[in-house]
Amino acid sequence: MSDMIEIRWHGRGGQGAKTASLLLADAAFNTGKYIQGFPEYGPERMGAPITAYNRISSSPIRIHSNIYEPDYVVVVDDTLLESVDVTSGLKEDGAIVINTTKGKEQLDKLLKGYRGKVYTIDARKVSMETLGKYFPNTPMLAAIVKVSKIMNEEDFIKDMQGSFKHKFAKKPEVIEGNMKAIEMALNEVKEIK
Amino acid sequence: MGIRERLSGNEAAATAMKQINPDVVAAFPITPSTEIPQYFSTFVDNGQVDTEFVAVESEHSAMSACIGAEAAGARAMTATSANGLSLMWEMIYIASSLRLPIVMSLVNRAVSGPLNIHNDHSDAMGARDSGWIQIFSETNQEAYDNLIMAHRIAENKNVMLPLMVCQDGFITSHSIENIELIEDEKVKEFVGEYHPEHYLLNKKEPIAIGPLDVQTYLFEHKYGQAEAMRNAKQVILDVAKDFEKMTGRKYGLFEEYKLDDAEIAIVCMNSTAGTTKEVVDDLREKGIKAGLLKIRVFRPFPAEEVAKALSHLKAVAILDKADSVNGAGGALFEDVTSAMYINKDNVLASSYVYGIGGRDTTTKEIESVFNDLIEDSKKDKIENPYRYLGLRKE
Repeated sequence: MSDMIEIRWHGRGGQGAKTASLLLADAAFNTGKYIQGFPEYGPERMGAPITAYNRISSSPIRIHSNIYEPDYVVVVDDTLLESVDVTSGLKEDGAIVINTTKGKEQLDKLLKGYRGKVYTIDARKVSMETLGKYFPNTPMLAAIVKVSKIMNEEDFIKDMQGSFKHKFAKKPEVIEGNMKAIEMALNEVKEIK
Repeated sequence: MGIRERLSGNEAAATAMKQINPDVVAAFPITPSTEIPQYFSTFVDNGQVDTEFVAVESEHSAMSACIGAEAAGARAMTATSANGLSLMWEMIYIASSLRLPIVMSLVNRAVSGPLNIHNDHSDAMGARDSGWIQIFSETNQEAYDNLIMAHRIAENKNVMLPLMVCQDGFITSHSIENIELIEDEKVKEFVGEYHPEHYLLNKKEPIAIGPLDVQTYLFEHKYGQAEAMRNAKQVILDVAKDFEKMTGRKYGLFEEYKLDDAEIAIVCMNSTAGTTKEVVDDLREKGIKAGLLKIRVFRPFPAEEVAKALSHLKAVAILDKADSVNGAGGALFEDVTSAMYINKDNVLASSYVYGIGGRDTTTKEIESVFNDLIEDSKKDKIENPYRYLGLRKE
């Protein structure tokens, strides 16, 4: 039980945070883990704040509640930092991964003294350069895999190739871009010190 | 060995239906069960099943279509939630009184109003006296397994009652989790073909179904239903035994978790049982003798067995995810405590209404219930039996 990792995703409706949490669950499942991937359903609409969750463990997961003390938090949209208490309950030996171009000083203020590790990635840049459109979830998925070390990068890349082939069976032209986004994101995510 | 997969509870239910391949599925979409007929209609479209899928215009018609199909001699299934079940109300009583073994996947959700699409058990509790067998599922795995067992139970000639398999809306229906699926061929063999004794399309035996039942007969017919419900208990256990032979997964009328030597325990249903197991383990590490009784079969209610299983406790809390709004505790609480009274159990019992309208239930809250039970045991009396868990106080 002790090796269970809990992740909370914060995004806005339409950015794919729910999909990213399900893809992460998929990828971890494929490495032999027990997984949960579930969104917190509210009044969903484009742009509204949404939360999604992952539990990953090497033994069966029995708990069925939301996650209040996550090991990791992923913030898909940095405008949420002002309105949502994203570090609520976040373990100090954990980390937060944020899609932002903001620097240390600005983030320190917004994160209300969170003392754990802070990682950032400019998912907009990654997405625009590789996909030509703004889909932040793929880069954020890669970033959290790298930060949380849920699986090694090679396995993850291989697995995502399979997932995308399945997910985008009807539009194979986007697979290459998404794979590039993953590889670029793995390099771009950096700890802010 | 089964097939290692990861599916949401709704995907699991739809997969079970695909493997069962019933003659007729009639359904109308309603959150959070919508995905079940949605996935199933894809299976129909892809030719993975040869089911007649009836896309009706309301749940009343969905149940009516299932009744017609079953009466004709076919195997029929449906799925719904909350207000969908409410709209079926008239027809669910007719389904059970005509002794038609329809199988329903009920994805539990609060019945309006005010409008709420989230999980509680008010839909299922509303149907508790309708003559349907009700089986509850903690996980996607159990929702799947219970559906695979459902027809064998419902169609048994000593039973012939409709059956609903319940699971928690969103909490399990929309959560992707690990699951072990059974191979298609094995499911087909396990479920078997349906050959009803009497059916409308049997030209050798012309019959009428559902005619007027006057003063001289209805009582006896209702008694027949009640007897069938009593018979169902053994049939459920027999089918579970066969299922265990196939899968290694063991099911009873209820699950006892560390209950044998427990001094205090929680009784609950569906996904909260998993969260409670976590808390029981934590408390056990601290030397507190906590346990759990998870109701799987709510109708028929295993009164004698439940009372016996709880009889050694000092205190028990019964958790209801629906308020009966009767000023006297939830439906499960009433059933458990009346069973304990008949069994002359001397156990302190309290009712907790919780999780209404999707209110999240945490390990901390479950722990607080056990702490209450410790206090109750010390005082050796219950001062306020009708309690609420997770209710905001402001």
